[in-house]
Amino acid sequence: MPPIEPIRTEGRLKIVLGYAAGVGKTFRMLDEGQRLASAGHDVVIGYFEPHGRQDTIARTEGLETIPRRRIAYRERTFEEMDTDAILARHPEICLVDEFPHTNVPGSARAKRWEDVMALLAAGIDVLTTMNIQHLESLNDQVREISGVQVRETIPDWILKRADEIVLVDLTPGALLNRLDRGVVYAPAKAQLAKENFFKEPILAALREMALRQTAHEVDPRQSMDHERILIHVTHAPSAAGLIRRGRRVADYLHAECFAVCVPPEPGLNHLPAGEREALERHLDFARKLHIETRILDAGDPADALVAFARTNAITQIFLAKPKRPRFPPLSAGYQFVRKVIRLALDIQVTVVAERPPHAY
Amino acid sequence: MSHSERRKPTPEELLRRVEAEESQQRRGRLKVFLGYASGVGKSFRMLDEGRRRKMRGQDVVVAAVQPVSSGPAAELLEAFEVVPAGAGLPGVALDLPAIRQRRPAICLIDGLAYRNPPGSLNERRWQDVENLLASGISVITTVNLQYIREKQPIVEAIRGKAVADSVPESFLLQADEIEVVDAPPESCDESGSLSGQLSALREIALVLAAEVVDAQLINYLKRHGIEQSYGTQERILVCITPRSNADLMIGSGRRQADRFHGDLFVAYVEQPDLSPADRATLDRNLATARQASAHLAILHGEDLVAAILRLAAQEGITQIFVGHSQRTGFWDRIRANPVERLILDSTGLDIRIFPQQPVP
Repeated sequence: MPPIEPIRTEGRLKIVLGYAAGVGKTFRMLDEGQRLASAGHDVVIGYFEPHGRQDTIARTEGLETIPRRRIAYRERTFEEMDTDAILARHPEICLVDEFPHTNVPGSARAKRWEDVMALLAAGIDVLTTMNIQHLESLNDQVREISGVQVRETIPDWILKRADEIVLVDLTPGALLNRLDRGVVYAPAKAQLAKENFFKEPILAALREMALRQTAHEVDPRQSMDHERILIHVTHAPSAAGLIRRGRRVADYLHAECFAVCVPPEPGLNHLPAGEREALERHLDFARKLHIETRILDAGDPADALVAFARTNAITQIFLAKPKRPRFPPLSAGYQFVRKVIRLALDIQVTVVAERPPHAY
Repeated sequence: MSHSERRKPTPEELLRRVEAEESQQRRGRLKVFLGYASGVGKSFRMLDEGRRRKMRGQDVVVAAVQPVSSGPAAELLEAFEVVPAGAGLPGVALDLPAIRQRRPAICLIDGLAYRNPPGSLNERRWQDVENLLASGISVITTVNLQYIREKQPIVEAIRGKAVADSVPESFLLQADEIEVVDAPPESCDESGSLSGQLSALREIALVLAAEVVDAQLINYLKRHGIEQSYGTQERILVCITPRSNADLMIGSGRRQADRFHGDLFVAYVEQPDLSPADRATLDRNLATARQASAHLAILHGEDLVAAILRLAAQEGITQIFVGHSQRTGFWDRIRANPVERLILDSTGLDIRIFPQQPVP
């Protein structure tokens, strides 16, 4: 007998993707919500950020809005999406603006995307908005392009989880016009934006990234290469960028991705507190990006790493580039990279350098 | 890689820049809405943009639009002055003399790839558009991916059918603005196509737009005298020698460049006194590189590591692929550990080290 398809109980996730504030993501989301509502679907607004934009506000007309929850924090009151109220109301479709938002401390979940996961798990379809610069694996590249370190990020696997992604495209010239006409922000904020993020080459580069990322997400091709990538995680700050880079390459090659660390003695307890904390943070970060992690038995890190790679049929090892030492033969970091390359004769090794931000 | 170095332009460069800007000012501006299938909403976007410009006081007329009888596009169309199609000819061609006489600031022209009826001034509508631009009238137009000449072989392979009309890609590349009209496959009027086919077309359209944006970005940076790589595109440089596992390296480079929608370069190092066997291997490797449609570069000079890094900086390379250093390779012609020197001396890019061809 053929296997019976399980009935889908999770809600569908649709992401409206843009590259900057003001390109029209929220408008597009509301427009789609209106269309679905007039087709007889039960649509509510779970969270909407009006930014004082009149034509966008007008698109909410006739749609039910779930009131925000008020949360007191440090003698101030903040407003967040009321996920419990939405779950209780249980609409068919929920519109949620600003997917990468971080909730104020004291909220049930740290991130809005975690709220959205709860809605999906309850069988509610979600339509949400985000900009490309909030994608975790692009964090270094965005800093390189714009000089801005984006703090609120969405792990890449959530984009993979999305049932649909649609790009809202607009030329940077048109966006800058909108900014000048006061459609995007109030004048003071618009001026500040122009001095920082809203410069034509930065916007063009972000737009290109959004186009390429969407192209990648809709790519129907499947992998035939069977690549397996292993990332070497340490306590050094460069590890975060290395993990993002490895994850990104693995995603594009449809490769499996693993991360390991090799402590000098068994376990992590003997490490100085600062190092242990950083290492645990990095391993945790890798797990958040859905990378399987392992703490290897103590020993020579290069020997242990290559041996693990060989027994696990790894095709590519990812290492961070060590800082340029003044006298390479005496640098432990440099000697480690050198030894891995020499040992890994039949395995490819990729040495990843940090991307310096472009200053201008 | 160089960071935001502002090189002083030579007088000739300044003159060329001023001339280019002046001729740009006389010419009308071209804006193209690109869609990957019919029914994604190109005409609507064109009319909507026209409406917004009219509201801002610009003189906008419609010169050609796909027949629409109802829906939001028909409602939008009612607000416009229409310059009727040329009389006395079968079919629908633009009435160029009437448009020139009316002389609007902006002309909306649907269906850029349309073939004019026999006896018209130009064979194709895009040539009419070119004439209008040359006489200082700006044009907003739409085109479906399937009509872009250079993309037709691949589009036809995906769709399994051919179309007769076409627009050269070069015409699109000189557009001042191009915007993608993106929508999920199920919203298209292409009932005969499978969603996998439509996804593949969607991917091609997004990448094409990304390439146009990239070309415009490079152009912008040049005009402003900024020598800076923004690195949004993966650019892979494969360094080969007679001893390299060139098939693996170039194949891997090609695949990765394709997945990332990036560019592939293959460099080889000119060496005197090659044995006939090595010469033959190198020739074979170069043939592989040509077959993979890589850009080829020949490197000379005493310091090969420096030559590779110079090329990498020039071309904005993000990943260098090299073979393992081995006694048998050309690498040992340079003093010590060239792969290691490459790692130490490079900044801001990845070095991927491949196993060499086993020595027989």
